[in-house]
Amino acid sequence: MTAPVDGVHARLTGVTRTFGLPSGAKLRALGPIDLDIRRGEFFGVVGPSGCGKSTLLDILAGLSPPTDGSVVFEGKPVDGVPDGVGVVFQEDASLPWLSVHNNVAFGLRRAGFEAAETARRVDYAIGFMGLREFANAYPAQLSGGMRQRVCIARTLVLQPRLILLDEPFGALDQQTRLLMGEELLRLWRETGATVLLITHALDEAAMLSDRVGVMSARPGTFIDFIETQWPRERDSRIVSDPRFGAVTARLWDKLRVESLKIMGTRTQEKAP
Amino acid sequence: MSRQILSREGWIRLAVIVAFVGAFEAACRLKLIPRTVVLPPSEMATSLWRILQTGEHTTDILSTLQNVAISAALAVTAGFAIGVILHALPRLRATVEPLLASYYAVPTFMFYPVFIVVFGVSARAIIAIAVLLSIVAMIASTLTGLDRIPRVLRKTALIYRMNTPTRAVLIDFPAAAPHLFTGIKLTFAYAFIGVIASEFILSGQGIGYAIAYAYNNFDNRTMYGLMLLVILVATIANTALDTVDRRLQNRLRR
Repeated sequence: MTAPVDGVHARLTGVTRTFGLPSGAKLRALGPIDLDIRRGEFFGVVGPSGCGKSTLLDILAGLSPPTDGSVVFEGKPVDGVPDGVGVVFQEDASLPWLSVHNNVAFGLRRAGFEAAETARRVDYAIGFMGLREFANAYPAQLSGGMRQRVCIARTLVLQPRLILLDEPFGALDQQTRLLMGEELLRLWRETGATVLLITHALDEAAMLSDRVGVMSARPGTFIDFIETQWPRERDSRIVSDPRFGAVTARLWDKLRVESLKIMGTRTQEKAP
Repeated sequence: MSRQILSREGWIRLAVIVAFVGAFEAACRLKLIPRTVVLPPSEMATSLWRILQTGEHTTDILSTLQNVAISAALAVTAGFAIGVILHALPRLRATVEPLLASYYAVPTFMFYPVFIVVFGVSARAIIAIAVLLSIVAMIASTLTGLDRIPRVLRKTALIYRMNTPTRAVLIDFPAAAPHLFTGIKLTFAYAFIGVIASEFILSGQGIGYAIAYAYNNFDNRTMYGLMLLVILVATIANTALDTVDRRLQNRLRR
């Protein structure tokens, strides 16, 4: 929100999303959202369950239109999935009928890249994500973490300028998540892409992000932005930095209030 | 690394079959089961060998296999198409699905007089009954396969800006493939049953007809030889399809 206009990579203005319920009533899931995502930043988003984090990502990716408001990416209005945007989902989105190599090459072949260029990019991405010895394996033969690496590699080969990640490590254990986070930081540094990471893990958001946006309970709006001021060269060891505790404490301070609102609503909904 | 010919379960299964056939043979040879009721398995095998060597029922065998192939192909094609249409039209599906669920409670064979009137005593009547018997298995499998395509793969298709036909070919069809193949396997099994059973009442040729003819003429040797052939063909075909099915399920497991 404070970034200069020429440094803005994507901008959401007055974005809301409303869903129709079977009863005919309308439910506002998101917004209004005003957000500038700065070019090249690592932006984390945290918020209580059901606050519309994934809806926000879908709108930014052009997967679903906002009910109101506008979304602009690289100065152009978003209508459908724009060029230069890559998405990694929480669920396993690897294609189980293709080998790791063919999964990673899938998007390049779809886009009509020449075989030599496809091979070069796939080789780099597979090596970068530590998948070289599994190139001929099928997703069913890999762990959840490895499959998520395949999905990241598949996104990476298309060299997106904005990478959107929707709780990509949500299904992984803590140690794997920390290590995958390090790989994500390495990818961000080497590609120079802008990254938006949605996560429910405060430590993950605090460790990875340059800036963390905290969302309110439904309908989700941004209630705080926290600049972490970490150096660009960082890894999971940053969790031992005294400032890390301060960042997570501030995140939890904001999030606790919002989470209690949801719990209160649920308690009231359950009451006779 | 050498691959095992059979798994441990496979060896146990084979041992059970061998033990059963051995006990059956012994019971027949010891006259615990009269020859007028059942022949020993070894004589069934000898009879089948003779049938295959002399070629006296080759026309019947080819006729049956051809009818099974045509019926299964028609049922798979039409069943898949109907499944896709029902999946695309939820209201129509909601109307039809309860009928499909109770479909196999209706004895399809009772319609054979209708098919005789429409097609005459011919292969077409047999194929019609076999298709009628098997098509719903393919419709149900197609619906299950399309229902179980993970939502995230649909989102992935959007990310790659696929239109509906491209998504159908590159995402939906391969994602649904394990269920579709299960449908093909069941369709083949039902088509085989439908053809053989129909030949008993609707045909002047085919393995079913030949078994009925042998039975009416007290030719137990031919009858049991042909029965063994039916069992072997059904088992071998089903085992082959099942092997492919398992491989697909394993590879596409999420």
